[in-house]
Amino acid sequence: MRNNLDVIAAYSIMLGLIILVGFLQSWSMALSILCLCLISAVMTIGANIQWGYAGLINFGIMGYTALGGLAAVLVSAPPVEDAWKAGGLDMLLCAFIIFSMILIIRLVLQKFNKSKNRNYIIAAVIIAGLILLRLISAPAIESIEAINPATTGFLGGMGLPILFSWIVGAFFAGGLAYVIGKIALGLRADYLAIATLLISEIVIAVIKHEDWLSRGVKNVIGLKRPVPYEIDLQGKEWFINLVQKFHQGSLNLISDNLERQQALKQLVIESSTVFVKLCFAGLFTTVVILLLIVTQKALYSPWGRMMRAIRDNEEAANAMGKNVVKQHLLIFVLGSAIVGIAGAMMVTYDGLFTPGSYRPMRYTFLIWVMVIVGGSGNNFGAILGGFAVWFLWIEAAPIALFLINFFTSGLEETNALKVHLIDSIPYFRFLMMGVGLLLIMRYRPKGILPEKINRV
Amino acid sequence: MDFLNAIILLLNYLFVPALSYGSQLALGAIFVSLIYGILRFAYFTAGDLMSFGTMFTILFTWYFQSLGINLGFLPTALIAIPFGIIVTIFYVLLKDKLVFSYYRTKKSPPVMLAMVSIGTMFVTQAIVRIIIGPFDRRFFDGEKFIIRANEFKEMTGLNEGLAIKSTQVITLFVTIIVVSILFWFLNKTKTGKSMRAYSDNEDLALLSGIDPKKVVMTTWVIAAILATVGGALYGLDKSFKPFTYFNNMLPIFAAAIVGGIGNPFGAFLGGYVIAFSEILLTYAYKKFFVYLLPESLEPDGLLQLLSTDYKFAVSFSILVVVLLFRPSGIFKGKVL
Repeated sequence: MRNNLDVIAAYSIMLGLIILVGFLQSWSMALSILCLCLISAVMTIGANIQWGYAGLINFGIMGYTALGGLAAVLVSAPPVEDAWKAGGLDMLLCAFIIFSMILIIRLVLQKFNKSKNRNYIIAAVIIAGLILLRLISAPAIESIEAINPATTGFLGGMGLPILFSWIVGAFFAGGLAYVIGKIALGLRADYLAIATLLISEIVIAVIKHEDWLSRGVKNVIGLKRPVPYEIDLQGKEWFINLVQKFHQGSLNLISDNLERQQALKQLVIESSTVFVKLCFAGLFTTVVILLLIVTQKALYSPWGRMMRAIRDNEEAANAMGKNVVKQHLLIFVLGSAIVGIAGAMMVTYDGLFTPGSYRPMRYTFLIWVMVIVGGSGNNFGAILGGFAVWFLWIEAAPIALFLINFFTSGLEETNALKVHLIDSIPYFRFLMMGVGLLLIMRYRPKGILPEKINRV
Repeated sequence: MDFLNAIILLLNYLFVPALSYGSQLALGAIFVSLIYGILRFAYFTAGDLMSFGTMFTILFTWYFQSLGINLGFLPTALIAIPFGIIVTIFYVLLKDKLVFSYYRTKKSPPVMLAMVSIGTMFVTQAIVRIIIGPFDRRFFDGEKFIIRANEFKEMTGLNEGLAIKSTQVITLFVTIIVVSILFWFLNKTKTGKSMRAYSDNEDLALLSGIDPKKVVMTTWVIAAILATVGGALYGLDKSFKPFTYFNNMLPIFAAAIVGGIGNPFGAFLGGYVIAFSEILLTYAYKKFFVYLLPESLEPDGLLQLLSTDYKFAVSFSILVVVLLFRPSGIFKGKVL
């Protein structure tokens, strides 16, 4: 019970902080922080499964996030029929060639014994396949990208509701994780970290520069939302009534009828953004709670105990007959799939897909800070970490401004040092992240909410 | 004549840039590799340590310029580098004292130390950005070119020009000097030998009376020197921007791993492997073949293996291939 009190206290403080932002800054701001906190919570759940349950370092998070985002585009964007006519068949043919290349290589690997000749055959298949791909895809890509490049210039998606993409994104990311896991999981921990980081850079480079697939750095905008649009809401009778009811007291204070109408209109506009964000927050909370239930169940199941055994002593677990390699691969795929969901959620929330903004070097480490600060191995901790770190990341600037003003209150406004410090406020967030991480690693290495292990 | 033109073309666009870029990577890769070998963790602050050293070099350069000190045709930064190195040495030693030594004495697992180095990475980033800002800065002065393209054309009467920037030559010279001193130090002096012994087998080294504190301190000092020199050379050749340096961490790690992490000589060569493969695979060979082949065979396309967008991806793919087939690197580092 005492432990649970920790959790409740930590979450109440966090919610209190967000509500404080609502009062001090604006409710719209507080809700967008909440939404992004929820999205990062999903990511940290994914990373925590890999690191906390199994001790695998995965720095490829941004790669999966980007793939999840790509899934959102491919599922919900309307199909571009002209582009399909121009080059769709050729691209499908390319996919088929890649597929058959993989099949042939697998066949060669199975049929022949390990030898130099086998390597030569595989190399020949790959080179021939690449040349063939290049010959077929180059004209097709050119004709696809030539179709109305200002608005489309890509194959488009399937035009389905964007909520489907949350599942598709999970499958995309899981599939990529399967491939990466097969390649890299045998490596030692910090090696795996670097390898996954580099692979995620490759994935993002591909998404950024294959315009026929994702429009690349030209971005895909105007993806359909699963929640109502502000502009529609503002015209709805029930919504205006709702706002009126909510603000009855303050509206009644205004005596002039015309002025009251004006004030109501202003309130409706403000409330519509809040309402939309509330809808998003509701959707995201559902996802977080579902994931939390599933992961908690998994953690306390025999499977979870086995994962911990593998994490704490691989050799012993292996000796007990647990297939370490297979379980590592499984958990690598599962965790990455969850990160993929977060990627799709993020694009859903933004309504646009901007491959240029996925910067692995920046955000991967941030998410890792979340997991470690929150408490690896404890799902509640990981989610709390996602909330706390994202909150600090956004609110660092106001806090830094306050602190600088406080400490330099003796100096004049035009003092060079003070001006310089105030100019560089955005960078204090790095300092806070770094110092926070170092302090937590030193004095509370298991995180704010440490892992709980029930002794039998 | 056409043959000569083709050679000059490759020299100008491939060989010279790759050589200087490779040297800059190699300096970084060597210290990452050393830290990995001796302190036994992946040092994620690498890129930012380079930007830290470069930042102080730039500050000292500005100071000297304001005093009117310069080196004539050489960049002023060359006198500033030693001062930058001193500040960086203080910084890394302070960091070791405050942060890393605690985990070392506790014998924490390497993953823990790598995570801690992410913490110091954030702090270093903040310091650099707060002091000098995130913007692009050029601090090169002095003579820009040793040979200009059109001078070369006049001199030789060839169609293709060969331009050699002075920064490229300086990079190469400084790298050769620094690296040969380093390898002399590691192979011939007592401290260097004890460092290698410590890296090979910690317990045995301690038993034979090697002072671990001295070894660790020397490693940090070497790291600070290499980081500052490599960073300053990169900044002179291109320009200084903290985020670029941060991103350079990736090719540096790739170079260190390709060369066999924990093996400084492998890392040195790894830097060139990465640089050359990046440039070789993304260069458009059309002009080259136009010179070599008869007109009837002239190629239509650009003859580019990969578009330059994938420059970064190339080195990482090489890394993945190396990891798959030779996990210990091309030049056998520690088996991981």
